[in-house]
Amino acid sequence: MLHIQQYVKASSLDEAYTLLMKNRNHQILGGMQWLKMQDRVVPMAIDLQALHLDEIKEQDDYIEIGAMCTLRQLETSPILLKTFGTLIQDSIKDIVGVQFRNTATLGGSLYSRFGFSDILTAFMVLDTSVVLYHQGEIKLSDYCKMPYERDILTHIRIRKENILTKFLCMRKSATDLSVLNFAIAKTETNYRIAIGARPKRAELVVLPVSYDDKQIEEALSHITLQDNMRGSKEYRKALVYAFVQKGYIALQEETTCR
Amino acid sequence: MQITMMINGRRVIDDIKPDMLLLDFLRAHGCYSVKRGCETSNCGLCTVWLDGKPILSCSMLAVRCDGHAVTTLEGVEQEAHEFADYMAKQGAEQCGFCSPGLIMNVLAMKKELQQPTREEINHYLAGNLCRCTGYMGQLRAIEAYLQEKGGEQA
Repeated sequence: MLHIQQYVKASSLDEAYTLLMKNRNHQILGGMQWLKMQDRVVPMAIDLQALHLDEIKEQDDYIEIGAMCTLRQLETSPILLKTFGTLIQDSIKDIVGVQFRNTATLGGSLYSRFGFSDILTAFMVLDTSVVLYHQGEIKLSDYCKMPYERDILTHIRIRKENILTKFLCMRKSATDLSVLNFAIAKTETNYRIAIGARPKRAELVVLPVSYDDKQIEEALSHITLQDNMRGSKEYRKALVYAFVQKGYIALQEETTCR
Repeated sequence: MQITMMINGRRVIDDIKPDMLLLDFLRAHGCYSVKRGCETSNCGLCTVWLDGKPILSCSMLAVRCDGHAVTTLEGVEQEAHEFADYMAKQGAEQCGFCSPGLIMNVLAMKKELQQPTREEINHYLAGNLCRCTGYMGQLRAIEAYLQEKGGEQA
């Protein structure tokens, strides 16, 4: 059971960061959907909800999303739909229920880089950077490879580009965690493919616009798939190849993409 | 710590521990419609509205609701009774334990979606689990309710 000894509603990011660094067990609160199931003592829970980090802003070159935006805000955002097609929406719509998505936050989902994270896979195929209070702006694909370091994720920024996208996933039952997540994007210069729930953190593969079977085989061979209670390594591999084909066809048809 | 919350339009001030869940807070203040279910954010039994939006009260700290408005089934009694009649007509209730959470989410959906399709209804209510009915009776009741009452504000 989670025990919180002190709760602080931070009045600035500076205050939140200072409090966070005072004790390694201090904790920034996201939506708490995962945190609340942990069995631990949190000496201080730091809440960012007063810091106006719950907005989706469209700039000339990029979209900026605050870390306290809920998954439901992302799912229903006309800005994200207009700019990136149904990619974000499709990656979120099967996460438990509307009530869950009304509290789960972008920051909570991305900061921890959970292997099962659906939105991590989707954001990987976009030109996404995370903005950390202390470490500054880092490409999401690089952030995924970094070890955990205590910091505060304040925003993400997604560069606008001419892009077609598709998200696919396999779940054993509706609202369960995915056995495999898959996202594909076609830009003017390349294809980006992200594979998540491998079951580890999502990984990105980049292919030229006109790739052949050998190139895809070579690229996918660098993605490590593993067993867990939801599926075997072999099953995941079969899914990856099926999704590559399905995703490729969807992008040619441009049915759900921008 | 001291918090102030509007529960069903009633101002409540209380001293609570920082890790008290909204679910426990609401039940301590007489809102017994709010049920404890899975406690893993999956079943939807504990659904309430926070500032008009459906959330899971088992996953929300009561302190985070300081200064906000919370609505439980007790706060939408008339609409809940209306919908419950549709459930009864379709035999859509068995043990009834999941009904308060389901009704709160159905009423939230009615406010949010205009004439939802069956697929949209299923999708919106995916976070409300029922282990008795198999959902078909509920779905018939919801469709009939929305058809007749869909244009009215909850």
